[in-house]
Amino acid sequence: MLEADNLECVRGERRLFAGVGFKLSPGELLYLQGRNGAGKTSLLRMLIGLLPPESGEIRWQGQSIRKSDDEFRADLCYLGHLNAIKEELTPLENLLAAARLADETLSEDDALDALEQVGLAGREDLACKYLSQGQKRRVALARLVKERRPLWVLDEPFVALDVAAVDWFAGIISGHLQRGGLAVMTTHQLVAIPAGTVRELRLS
Amino acid sequence: MLKIILAVVGRDLKLAMRRQADIVSALFFFVIVVSLFPLGIGPEVDLLRKLAPGVLWVAALLATMLSLPRLFADDHRDGTLEQLALAPHPLGLAVTGKVIAHWLVSGLPLALIAPVLGIQFDLSTDALLVLTGAILLGTPALSGIGAIGAALTLGLRGGGVLLSLLVLPLYIPVLIFGAGAVDATVSGLGGEGHLSLLAAMTFASLGFAPWASAAALKIALE
Repeated sequence: MLEADNLECVRGERRLFAGVGFKLSPGELLYLQGRNGAGKTSLLRMLIGLLPPESGEIRWQGQSIRKSDDEFRADLCYLGHLNAIKEELTPLENLLAAARLADETLSEDDALDALEQVGLAGREDLACKYLSQGQKRRVALARLVKERRPLWVLDEPFVALDVAAVDWFAGIISGHLQRGGLAVMTTHQLVAIPAGTVRELRLS
Repeated sequence: MLKIILAVVGRDLKLAMRRQADIVSALFFFVIVVSLFPLGIGPEVDLLRKLAPGVLWVAALLATMLSLPRLFADDHRDGTLEQLALAPHPLGLAVTGKVIAHWLVSGLPLALIAPVLGIQFDLSTDALLVLTGAILLGTPALSGIGAIGAALTLGLRGGGVLLSLLVLPLYIPVLIFGAGAVDATVSGLGGEGHLSLLAAMTFASLGFAPWASAAALKIALE
């Protein structure tokens, strides 16, 4: 269970939001909404522990995330608006390296299977700098295919994806929710997620 | 713990192999700067012998500086630094891996080519050996201290110049004892004391620098 209490965010001199709180149980998805600059990404970065909140507290499984640092991060998967892939490496190498650095086990077969699912079969051995923007995003999303960590935090996951890929990825998220996972997501295009409970939080 | 360090080292070495121009350019910079001195000063063997340790060390410091701005900048730009910071182990371990990889592609080649360059300065075999040993022992400290500077200036405009201003003064002890080791050997005093101090500096900076860098990186990521 992910709980946020009375969060306040100040960037520079400006207060972006205050008094934001929510509770998210297994199988639930939180849609974060708000205009540009409302603080969606800032809130996400607070939830993953990169940005300390001005005030308020975030708890994961009842423990403040500032206290149970490493355990919290072992349950967390974050997809930022940057793809976190290396242009010089191939999609396959990127997936394997990302898994190793995150202290996960991912076999080569699983990685190949994930790449096939995102529609990159046949391009496993091409350096990522030769891929299009959408294909790079798919490499980043391929990380989530075999991801079994319970908490997903996704920042604009649908950016640069075509319609088919958006549907496919909505399916991946509902699979995650059905397994009892939690997800927090920002997006400007409301995509219907077939399973799980969807909740909304609007920042203004 | 070792697993994560090795994973970072492995990834960074693979990236360096795909971008060999970076390694080669720092190495050639070192070779050319060092080679300019004998050409400029002329064939005065005594003077060259006296200058050699200082020239080689200053060139090594500058060559190490060349690759420092990119130590974290690439990872920062493509988002992999965030992912490293979110991995379920302390960020200091990942930074240790990055420092080791940086040394392997920047410090180690310098040490390997230094004896060849030393011949231009008419150094004796003993002096060449000590020179190589000193550069081998001292360059990891350069990578470690440099990582703190690279982390502190991450994401700043004009960070490259600021990085040199921050880091070069901190390199002075390594320079003094590194060049001193060769001087002491040439003058017959023996360079063991200097080498031990260099080794001590390397161990101290490899133990401490990654954690200081990690703290600076966390601030840069906020």
